[in-house]
Amino acid sequence: MIAEAFDYERADSLEAALAALARRPGAKVLAGGHSLLPLLKLRLAQVPLLVDIDGVGELGGVRVEDGDLVVGALARHRDVADSEAVRRGWTALAQAASHVGDPQVRSRGTVGGNLAHGDPASDLPTAVLLFDGVLTVASGAGLRQVSARDFWLGPFATALGEGEILTAVRMAPLGDRAASAYRKFPHPASGYAVVSVAAAVRLDGEGRVAEARVAVGGATYVPFRAAAAEAAMVGVRPDPPACREAVADLFAGQEPAGDMYASADYRAHIARLYAADALAAAGAAAAAG
Amino acid sequence: MQYRVLMRVNGRPVERETEPRTLLVHLLRDELGLTGTHVGCDTSQCGACTVLMDGRAVKSCTVLAVQADGHEIVTVEGLADSVDAALRYGGLHPLQEAFARAHGLQCGFCTPGVLMAGADLLSRNPDPSEADVREALEGNLCRCTGYENIVAAVRLAAELLRERQQAGAGRPAAHAAGGGD
Repeated sequence: MIAEAFDYERADSLEAALAALARRPGAKVLAGGHSLLPLLKLRLAQVPLLVDIDGVGELGGVRVEDGDLVVGALARHRDVADSEAVRRGWTALAQAASHVGDPQVRSRGTVGGNLAHGDPASDLPTAVLLFDGVLTVASGAGLRQVSARDFWLGPFATALGEGEILTAVRMAPLGDRAASAYRKFPHPASGYAVVSVAAAVRLDGEGRVAEARVAVGGATYVPFRAAAAEAAMVGVRPDPPACREAVADLFAGQEPAGDMYASADYRAHIARLYAADALAAAGAAAAAG
Repeated sequence: MQYRVLMRVNGRPVERETEPRTLLVHLLRDELGLTGTHVGCDTSQCGACTVLMDGRAVKSCTVLAVQADGHEIVTVEGLADSVDAALRYGGLHPLQEAFARAHGLQCGFCTPGVLMAGADLLSRNPDPSEADVREALEGNLCRCTGYENIVAAVRLAAELLRERQQAGAGRPAAHAAGGGD
């Protein structure tokens, strides 16, 4: 399948990429291309110009900066999944990255592209939401920071404006006696999440939960943080029965979505099982130190 | 619009003028005649079009030829030459040899892509478990075999590579090229 014709420009700096986008209304950023090229090939999208940022070195890399994890927009899923620092301190993110597509897709696909694409059934937004990620967005006017809670507005809709480029996402560490885990129920054909859950637990000196976080993806039009479940976990020992009890109200204030593959009730049921499992896994890992 | 690309394909420099929308797989097949790289689903699912880009397995139906500009591509035609002669047997890469010996294919349509995904795995993991192999081949679909012999073939290739690398390391360099081709 061949896309509609488009022009192509390679940017060697962020400034050059922003300038190229500004010159041509409707122009799109090309990074790994693993969300955009399939859309163009299927002619679900047409673009006048692709601005290739793949060679902009300043946008790459996975690094720890002042204790925070900073993932550049051009980091490949494979780099995140394989990073020792991410696996140790931001385990749910490494696990989510290892679930994206397949090995070939993870070789090319980028974190920035995935987050900017805004697929509600994708893996990374759920993990970034768990870690309260702060996304850096560049435009001709400079840089702005957008919190993960404000970045995804709906299916394939984000806070990115015309001519803006997502450059990096920053995530603070969970702290001592804390750990995280990611669980996914993939659609058997597409591999996308029917439901995915990222959870984190921080324990106090007695082994009880001081803080819990639960992010749910795939089940609603935008990934969400399950505030009721997070609150219900505080003070308990995170064993499996306690976790199952805490997630009873996982969808408080949310409307799970149904489709021809999984009804809303089924999604909610699976999400509760996976949330309890992810919390128990995070709790066990936190206790093990 | 035409765009000039310069890349290395199987070790040789290649320069072409191409439309930006041309996919890497079409440049390889239609321009360079490297038809060992197959187009199966054309939707980045099946993996038949897998090639190595800078050593990493990628699906060439989801890479624009212009994105490969300045990069190193290896297709199944260049697989054998991508390893030392001492590691080959009968001119074949150990993966190719192992697929023949372990009957790792039936119709063969998916095989070039499976070999390239296997090559990426073996470059990172010289002794993969069965689970490692299955995970590495998650992006390659075979409609014939049920994967059993494919997995066995990749593990046999790993064994052949390890044996020959150890044998090579123990021999004087002057004799290390006696791999049979």
